[in-house]
Amino acid sequence: MLLEIKNLHANVEGTEILKGINLKVNAGEVHAIMGPNGSGKSTLASVLAGKEEYEVTAGEVLYNGKNLLELSTEDRAREGVFLAFQYPVEIPGVSNTNLLKTAVNEIRKYRGEEELDSMDFLSLLKEKSKLVELDQKFLSRAVNEGFSGGEKKRNEIFQMAVLNPTFAILDETDSGLDIDALRIVANGVNKLKTKENATIVVTHYQRLLDYIIPDFVHVLYKGKIVKSGGKELALELEEKGYDWVKSDKAEAVV
Amino acid sequence: MENKIDIKNYYLNQFDEFEKSLNGEKSSDFHKVRKDAISKFAELTFPTQKDEEWKYTNISSLQKHNFSPAAVKANVSSETINKFLFDKMEHSLLVFVNGNFSPELSKLIDIPKGVVIGSLAEALKNNNPVVKKHLGKYAENENYFFTTLSSAFTKDGAFIYVPDGKVVEDPIHIIFITKSGSEKILTQPRNLFVAGKNSQVTIIEHYVSDEDSVYFTNSITEIVADENAIVDHIKLQEESNKAFHIARMEVDQERSSNFSSHLISHGAEISRNDFNARFNDEGSECMLNGLFMIGDEQLFDAHTMIDHAKPHCNSHEHYKGILQDKSKGVFNGKVMVRQDAQKTNAFQQNNTILLSNDAVMNTKPQLEIFADDVKCSHGATIGKLNDEAKFYLKSRGIGEDAATAILIHAFASDVITSIKIPALRDYLEEIITKRFNQ
Ligand SMILES: Nc1ncnc2c1ncn2[C@@H]1O[C@H](COP(=O)(O)OP(=O)(O)OP(=O)(O)O)[C@@H](O)[C@H]1O
Ligand SMILES: [Mg+2]
Repeated sequence: MLLEIKNLHANVEGTEILKGINLKVNAGEVHAIMGPNGSGKSTLASVLAGKEEYEVTAGEVLYNGKNLLELSTEDRAREGVFLAFQYPVEIPGVSNTNLLKTAVNEIRKYRGEEELDSMDFLSLLKEKSKLVELDQKFLSRAVNEGFSGGEKKRNEIFQMAVLNPTFAILDETDSGLDIDALRIVANGVNKLKTKENATIVVTHYQRLLDYIIPDFVHVLYKGKIVKSGGKELALELEEKGYDWVKSDKAEAVV
Repeated sequence: MENKIDIKNYYLNQFDEFEKSLNGEKSSDFHKVRKDAISKFAELTFPTQKDEEWKYTNISSLQKHNFSPAAVKANVSSETINKFLFDKMEHSLLVFVNGNFSPELSKLIDIPKGVVIGSLAEALKNNNPVVKKHLGKYAENENYFFTTLSSAFTKDGAFIYVPDGKVVEDPIHIIFITKSGSEKILTQPRNLFVAGKNSQVTIIEHYVSDEDSVYFTNSITEIVADENAIVDHIKLQEESNKAFHIARMEVDQERSSNFSSHLISHGAEISRNDFNARFNDEGSECMLNGLFMIGDEQLFDAHTMIDHAKPHCNSHEHYKGILQDKSKGVFNGKVMVRQDAQKTNAFQQNNTILLSNDAVMNTKPQLEIFADDVKCSHGATIGKLNDEAKFYLKSRGIGEDAATAILIHAFASDVITSIKIPALRDYLEEIITKRFNQ
């Protein structure tokens, strides 16, 4: 198993947001997490990536058999975890190329590999930017600065392509994309898919799942996964809305 | 404080010694200037925090040391100097060791006819008319304790004169190296740079030391940019952390002149920089940029003043500080827009990053506007490195130190990139990398 989340509880500023998440992800799988605003999807993503403001109060996460929560954010990334941010951060003064070059080499160093020379690195960037049809001019621009919403999302997937993670969480990477951009991004994600890696896509829209076909769909509600199913669950949600799972849940509690 | 010396009496006594060492030069015209200065020095008092201009800058520790103004000879190898050269840059180099010009370590390359690049002592000896006309005219002794000290003991410094219409293509690099060993010495470089009409020159003042010793640099630089002249000035401070550095730069700008200054500093135990620029006529531009990076218990102070005395001039000032440990920064930037100075554009900004909770920054941007048709803005920010940005970098596999270094490079980047010399930019990037990414 690639990732196993067991009874994960997490607080933000003293409020419990994740209230006992259980999830298993095998290599080669795509999982979709859906759920209403504020249900904790991004919180889960941030906890997995190691954001410090989020305090894990119970539970554990095993990644490749290792205790993920014990690793620093950077070590998680070096072990192959990648988070595509819902709101990618603008970093004026740091070029995309510089970020990726430092990242690639720090990851290689961690894995005991030699640093890439400039030539090899540039050809890697070129190849991967084609994958998401990202214009070369974005490489020298400051990270996300002045990018449109869609460009930011595309840039996230571009970074994912360069870093080639084993486990990726895409947090609403489809939000704000027009249909062409959505197709490009989804295409990129599909091309990166192998038998060895796995992806969790967080989304509000069934539309994305027409392009990235999930093996499992989960509904996160008030910090818990209240329903899981196959890809048809997404269609059902689209049709009936979340009230249905909410009441379903309520019934289950009764 | 124990062992506090009476700095005034001390230097008044030292002046007698100094006079004796001058021998025949005592009877020169210039010596009268020194004597006027020492009597002015006797009237002024050592600055304390009661003085408005020194409110946040406590320099009382300077009085713990009896720095000797007497010339101290030292051997500096060209290998040592090489450490401070910008890679692959072929340029004219003036080296001053403990305040005295070293012809052996200096070299001049491709100097247009009529241009003078050399030592002030030499120019004084030759009664150079340019020196006579300008020296001490801009950095007046009035109210400046340390200027009177410099004027009284003036001996050497860099002198550059670019006559009308001459262009010096390559930057002129001036290294002031202090090698004091266990002797506490005072060096007082006195620099004069005069750029004639339609001339162009780039000058780098570089204060260095490769030892961890206690000494005192008290430097004065006067710069004249005549009509339509372009003068780029860069000051780098890579001194001992135990040094004291007090400096004053005065810039006099004539019509349509263009002056830029960059101050890049690692500080010293205490550094104080006074930069004053004056627009004497219309159509000029002045840029004052700065980047200081200090740590431990260092104190760094930049006091700047841009005097818009005439209309249609632009000034742009941007100072950035990066403070670690228990260091303390002071920025006091005044922009004066006088009644006559219509159509002035003045921009001033001070941004500080505090990398520790114990670091302190005092910032005071000041705009004084007496004209009505002007565009002026100023502002200041003090903050930490952006946590969101850091998390983003780390989530890509970049470690704490590298992420910090990247964000610091980014913070400093607009000051660095506005320097026009690529080799110097690389040198500075390297300095930042060494400081923050280990
Ligand atoms: N840093 C924070 N400080 C305070 N509250 C937070 C913080 N981050 C998240 N929260 C709260 O935690 C809850 C879950 O937020 P989260 O962003 O995980 O939801 P989400 O499911 O991703 O929602 P959306 O669909 O809107 O992206 C919300 O109530 C939110 O206000
Ligand atoms: Mg979210």
